[in-house]
Amino acid sequence: MEQHSRSDAYTDLYADRAAGMVPSEIRALFAVASRPEVVSLAGGMPYVSALPLDEFGGMVGDLIARNGAEALQYASAQGDPRLREQICDVMALEGIQACADDVIVTVGAQQALDLVTRIFVNPGDVILAEGPSYVGALGTFASYQADVVHVAMDEGGLVPEALEETLGRLRREGRTVKFLYTVPTFQNPAGVTLTADRRTRLLEIAAEHDILIIEDNPYGLLGFDGEPMRALRADESERVIYLGTFSKTIASGLRVGWALAPHAVRAKLVLAAESAVLCHSSFSQLAVREYLATQPWREQIKEFRLLYRERRDAMLDALETLMPEGCTWTRPAGGFFVWLTLPEGLDAKAMAPRAISERVAYVPGTGFYADGSGRRDMRISYCYPEPDRIREGVRRLAGVIESELRTRDTFGGVGHRGSPGVDTPGPEVV
Amino acid sequence: MMVPSRTRMIRTEGTAVEFAHVVVLAGGLSYEREVSLRSGRRVADALRALDIPVELRDADAHLLDRLAADPPDVVFPVLHGAMGEDGAIRDILELVGIPYIGARPDACRVAWDKPTAKSVVAHAGIRTPASVALPKELFHDLGAAAVLDLIVSRLGLPLFVKPTRGGSALGASAVHKAEDLTAALVSCFAYGDAALVEHYVDGTEVAVSVIDGPNGPRALPAVEIVTPNGRYDYTARYDAGDTEFVTPARLSPEAAERATAAALTAHRALGLRDLSRTDLIVDAEGEVHFLEVNVAPGMTETSLLPRAVAAAGLSLGPLCETLLRRRFT
Ligand SMILES: Cc1ncc(COP(=O)(O)O)c(C=O)c1O
Repeated sequence: MEQHSRSDAYTDLYADRAAGMVPSEIRALFAVASRPEVVSLAGGMPYVSALPLDEFGGMVGDLIARNGAEALQYASAQGDPRLREQICDVMALEGIQACADDVIVTVGAQQALDLVTRIFVNPGDVILAEGPSYVGALGTFASYQADVVHVAMDEGGLVPEALEETLGRLRREGRTVKFLYTVPTFQNPAGVTLTADRRTRLLEIAAEHDILIIEDNPYGLLGFDGEPMRALRADESERVIYLGTFSKTIASGLRVGWALAPHAVRAKLVLAAESAVLCHSSFSQLAVREYLATQPWREQIKEFRLLYRERRDAMLDALETLMPEGCTWTRPAGGFFVWLTLPEGLDAKAMAPRAISERVAYVPGTGFYADGSGRRDMRISYCYPEPDRIREGVRRLAGVIESELRTRDTFGGVGHRGSPGVDTPGPEVV
Repeated sequence: MMVPSRTRMIRTEGTAVEFAHVVVLAGGLSYEREVSLRSGRRVADALRALDIPVELRDADAHLLDRLAADPPDVVFPVLHGAMGEDGAIRDILELVGIPYIGARPDACRVAWDKPTAKSVVAHAGIRTPASVALPKELFHDLGAAAVLDLIVSRLGLPLFVKPTRGGSALGASAVHKAEDLTAALVSCFAYGDAALVEHYVDGTEVAVSVIDGPNGPRALPAVEIVTPNGRYDYTARYDAGDTEFVTPARLSPEAAERATAAALTAHRALGLRDLSRTDLIVDAEGEVHFLEVNVAPGMTETSLLPRAVAAAGLSLGPLCETLLRRRFT
């Protein structure tokens, strides 16, 4: 008798929400991207090697020696009380006045996103997000079977008129909009920042249409010029749930982020967090608490800013000198990312294997849209490679684009066949 | 680089060979890196379960130093894609003078280039779908539209397009309408500089693995692949749960015999060694058509060769061990 077997024997058991959880062939290419031979402009890993690691080690050793019984024990699901006060001090740098009671410490901002979506979103509900938007958020929204509707964005961030237009249309269609998810400052992936005027306008629109805003702000303190932007939450405490993280200002491996939410919402988030993880790692929380209390963290952030600024400059200079005509890109004033748009008729996803064989990697734009847009776009990051490598990466990328232009001229501008699955790398890919 | 002295670390106890150090090579920089790493870990685990000391190594800048400093008894290359399958890494192993499992470099080169492999196998009397192999530049030089028209009018539809070199079906797709040929070619050229455009033969897709034994090459039971949406592409290969494998393939005894014979003929005609996997289509009349052959077949949990091994009532570990031992008899 013949034997029948499936490539995945559990296929029939999976929940509907797992339907989108399949890696694409593009994702397999990222296995190569993490090799040192490849210049990866794909990753979003902060350059944690810039931290004073010896001191950090000493601090953690002391912490365990002095306070191990607390650091290695369960704790409250809302998070360490002292740490929550310190988080309020950090948020004050962006004009936010908050009470530690309204803060919940989460496993990175990513878990905050998950919890917020979990308590608000039913399958089929609409979530508004910038187009393009943060891939990790899109993944979370998909796992709760939300319907993401993108709102146009330009160099000045989310376009208020586009938001109004979209809200009007959805209302006419009788759709429920649960919230607007936005990364207003040094956006991932586009690198753009919502202007001050638009911030005011956005809050007005939110009030008029009675919608909730999720403000995700991991990069706010990593601006290259002047003072930090004022957060949306600084001017509106009821309608905005603010998400923050120490991933980019201290270290991503600690996995310490937070949400600041109106009281009632915060209470639900704590219960949701309990059901997800019981409580956050006490060890990580106390390490951050200790770091903020004993280390010159403001100076360290300044150092990160200088480091990323130098890399941003290296990338923009290289793009300026090397990119073929017809390419356009954003000029970030902070954060990690440049958004590059290819000439007409080119397809960043189709081009990815070519780039890998030329030993440069980027993330195709399609990963940052829930609706298949972004084929001509890509995200290139400057946070991790050193400036020389960035220049080399851009040089290789320019060569790949030149050769694609030739293919386009041979065949006319044709998209390649679509393929399903997740097109973006996992968080560890550099 | 130092050529290692041939201090054989193998001890021979009675007739059995004891391995002191086996290197499984996996990874590399091809598009199939991830698959290769999974294959390599699987082979390494299977050998370790038999108490064979295995070191898993990547084909990177440290490889030659490591081989020189600590020469293994034998290398098992499980590198997919270029370098692993085009003969290059085996050329290097020949230069270094370390025995390895699998086909020799010259045979790999022929098998790796799909149009060449098709010619060789066709000369040996096996059918293979009508095809053309065209470099990207040709479309540029002669004008794409005219070439596309010619392909469709002479080869007919449907067609199957894939890179002339490469594995895991990356860049491969079926073309059912003439207007889809351009997109298929563009996708293909993302993975390679030349395209094999083949007449698409409808039928049962089977893979027949061949393993060398004391009495010559032996074919394992054919594995039938049933995909919900046509051909076995990359997604179907590694991720989609709804690809179904049937062992042994549901073929008439005559067709099964022909499939086995075709795989053995391909293995011999191409001068392959130790192991290979031949992909075939069996049409409605039971005729067998050769598609391609793989000299470093996938060894992952979902791969075809391990399924064939299981269907034959064998286990991967002992089978790999037998291949290692054969290198020293
Ligand atoms: C916009 C945005 N939100 C959230 C996150 C997740 O950060 P965390 O490490 O705090 O989970 C990231 C990380 O890249 C991000 O870019």
